[in-house]
Amino acid sequence: MQKIAELIKKEAESLLKENKVTAVWAWQPGEFYYDNSPVCFTAPEQLDKLVYNEFCPSNLGKYLMAGSKKNETMAVFAKPCDTYGINQLIKDHRIKRELITVIGIPCSGMIDIKKIKNQGVKGIISVSVSGDDVIVTTAYGDKNFKKSEVLLAKCMSCKGSDYMIADKELGEKMEVKCQKLNPEDGVKKLEAMTSQERFAFWQQELSKCIRCNACRDICPACSCEQCIFDNQEAAVAGKASANTAEEQMFHIIRAYHVAGRCVGCGECARVCPQGIQLGLLNTKFAKDINEFYGKYQPGADDDSKAPLVDYKFDDVEPTISAKGVR
Amino acid sequence: MCNCGSKDVLTPQIGVVTEIRTETSDVKTFRIEKPEGGKVFDFMPGQCAMLSAPGMGEAIFSITSSPTTKDYMEFSIKRCGEITEYLHAIEVGQQIAIRGPYGKSFPVTTEALKHKDLIFIAGGIGLAPLHSVIDYMLANRDDYGSIDVVYGARSKEDFVDYKELSEVWPKEKNTKVHLTIDKAQEGWTGNVGFVPQFLKDLKFTPDKTVLLCGPPIMIKLCLAALIEMGFAKTQVYTTLEFRMKCGVGKCGRCNVGNKYVCKDGPVFRCDEIDELPDEY
Amino acid sequence: MLKINKAKWAELFAALSAQGTLYLPAEVDGKVDFTVWQDGTEVNLQATQTAKSIKNVFFPQIENLLDFKTDGLKLSVEQRMLPEEDTIAFGVRGCDVCSFEVLDKVFLKEPVDAFYKARREHCTIVSLACSAPDETCFCGTFAIDATNPGGDVTTWLVGDDLFWQANTDKGKELTEKIQALLAEGDEAGVNAQQKATKEIMAKLPLADFKIDPKIPAEQEKVFNSAIWKQLSDSCLSCCACTYVCPTCHCYDVRDFEIDNKVERFRCWDSCMCKDFTKMAAVNPRVSRLERFRQRYMHKLVYFPENNEGTFACVGCGRCLQKCPVSLNIVKVAKALGVAKDV
Repeated sequence: MQKIAELIKKEAESLLKENKVTAVWAWQPGEFYYDNSPVCFTAPEQLDKLVYNEFCPSNLGKYLMAGSKKNETMAVFAKPCDTYGINQLIKDHRIKRELITVIGIPCSGMIDIKKIKNQGVKGIISVSVSGDDVIVTTAYGDKNFKKSEVLLAKCMSCKGSDYMIADKELGEKMEVKCQKLNPEDGVKKLEAMTSQERFAFWQQELSKCIRCNACRDICPACSCEQCIFDNQEAAVAGKASANTAEEQMFHIIRAYHVAGRCVGCGECARVCPQGIQLGLLNTKFAKDINEFYGKYQPGADDDSKAPLVDYKFDDVEPTISAKGVR
Repeated sequence: MCNCGSKDVLTPQIGVVTEIRTETSDVKTFRIEKPEGGKVFDFMPGQCAMLSAPGMGEAIFSITSSPTTKDYMEFSIKRCGEITEYLHAIEVGQQIAIRGPYGKSFPVTTEALKHKDLIFIAGGIGLAPLHSVIDYMLANRDDYGSIDVVYGARSKEDFVDYKELSEVWPKEKNTKVHLTIDKAQEGWTGNVGFVPQFLKDLKFTPDKTVLLCGPPIMIKLCLAALIEMGFAKTQVYTTLEFRMKCGVGKCGRCNVGNKYVCKDGPVFRCDEIDELPDEY
Repeated sequence: MLKINKAKWAELFAALSAQGTLYLPAEVDGKVDFTVWQDGTEVNLQATQTAKSIKNVFFPQIENLLDFKTDGLKLSVEQRMLPEEDTIAFGVRGCDVCSFEVLDKVFLKEPVDAFYKARREHCTIVSLACSAPDETCFCGTFAIDATNPGGDVTTWLVGDDLFWQANTDKGKELTEKIQALLAEGDEAGVNAQQKATKEIMAKLPLADFKIDPKIPAEQEKVFNSAIWKQLSDSCLSCCACTYVCPTCHCYDVRDFEIDNKVERFRCWDSCMCKDFTKMAAVNPRVSRLERFRQRYMHKLVYFPENNEGTFACVGCGRCLQKCPVSLNIVKVAKALGVAKDV
């Protein structure tokens, strides 16, 4: 991955130095090797902070929205799974295609630090990855892991190494080598439940929700300027609910809103601080849509007609009543 | 009405609206007393109270009457949101939840204002907090020097407390009222123009102390005009407005810099504001 | 120094819960969180930290304050009963114990918040010293001794023994009630553990992380730093950090109409939310940058200025663990030059 990181840095440098773009989205390191953050670089001098390693799971596509509104030219480094989300944002007219430069970067899977920590690993001082070997140096001694066994759930159901959109591709494509997970397996378990069991399952699962909105904020399909759940007057902003039905409704409503446009990037489930199995919910919707309307992968392109909704520029914009309803 | 022994800081008292006066097309003045008569609580000029619209929440309002008025409190309130909409729709006799007083008052009992010559500058509903100070000073007239009230509104129908402005205050000792409206209007022979320019035209000498209240842009421009005229920021007092919920410096909403507008304000001297981050 | 062996812990918890509602760290939904002890609760004293803090014992996420009843023009208001329940918070780490002092500076400052005060007074804090700190821990930055965490009673887990020491009158009172279960203990084991733990802490990546106490003088420079844009651009404003933070205390006061009355409640809020400072006419913090900046300026600059240098952070590291994009107070402090990595 270090070689790719070097290629990314070089590419970012040339893009900024030649003024091809004013902003480059990539990652910068944190304190512990595993806590990289998305960052927007605006000058070549900042690039010595650029990093790309096995801990760069974030889909950077959504960050392009703000710049697109201001007509800024931007470049983004996108792993194959990220490109689906970027296509969806373009299709939903949230990012202007002509403003962005998508650089495809290969990925062999991102590590889930939680999987390592859940095995009792504490006091991590550094992590080094070589092939399938992960050496975690801690204040309590070194611990070894196999990368293929500690990947993020979304990486275990990797959709492949092809980029759905890329102006340029860096390096050689890579495959994720691991025991693959079929997200529909979890859904089949749900479908095998009785409706009472399923109801109880979701009630339990969704009541963990703390309404942090991280899932909504990271989702490429959730891009409304004014989200219904931010409307104070609709009284579902959920600062504190009188009963947990509101949390459950939030997820079900959101799943319906993104149905047919959810690209299956797995970010919602990854970012949830409560570990709610959001992937299950959205995969179930996707599975049903494939069965009802024919197989369709949102985000595979930026112009095909989606099974349920398409957004056009001349759609009526709902006016949000300033007075509210009481 | 509290059944637990200790009254919490967020628990209001019950008052009753005994009079409502329509001042302008969007401003009404509400008189609030205890159900059994008398002021709900005592306060000093510039302080505020939280009024509730049960079901919608609370908002903080400047108390516009002077503490020297013994039997009631008054609030001049502009209709501009959910809670003020509710208030504008209530009738006389409506009981209302109220708590206070909150905030720092104008320093009327200290040498900061006592025996000084004063200029009050207000725009629109900004007169409301200053009204309390003016009436207090007029009730203790000999403790204060000359009083000049400079007040601007969109049109003559938008002057709040027009009766006092035109008939009561100008008759007081050493007290002058200077009114202006934004645009020329039939039936108005007074000054036409925005407050900051009017202020300059009045050519005040910079030995006076200023109390300034109104929309943020007006405050900014008036302050600039005053400085141009030779005033120092230490001579100018103003009020900051911020969304407030608890009113007691705990919920964090009105925190600006190391101050809480509800507790350390809303009255600030302009040099104190300089020390705050540029966020209001 | 007293002690109690693992074999008798179930009895200990039963005895404690007879003295008050017992909150302790336990396995809940695949995570370790403070929960009310019952027979069969899977207690977990090994986990370095709970996923969420225990601030909700004093400052619940939702607290009903009072009820309004309208009857034509008449209005009545009735404050809810102040909490009278005795509670015991058991297994509280040093960082969380110190977070209560930060919250006290807000809620117990005049005018006193009666609900918080009642809960605080009715709670006995039994702390648990750390012996296996994590890389995300940086309580040392705030001079918190994780090996001697304070509280009304301090406990140390050494091998299979829980060592017990009462510190305050409240702690002594609780100790007397369960005295029969405790035996005499030797401090040697505790001292050895404290030493070993400090040695581990010195090896951790954030061991030398220091926050410059001279910040108030440079407030404007920090406030106007160009770095805020880059930092806040990546933030999602999801408020997960606020939720898990033991010292975040911003709250909202809202009304809820139910049946024929109106409940007024207070609930957790975050200065990072879009509508936090929104007024009818204007929103002083209309952009994410301003809100992001406010949270950190408040924690690192404004709060210490108003509270004799106490930061509104205890180094628990939860924000380092929970942020979906790995932003946290350490990164912010370092990026702004507020922190000094010695």
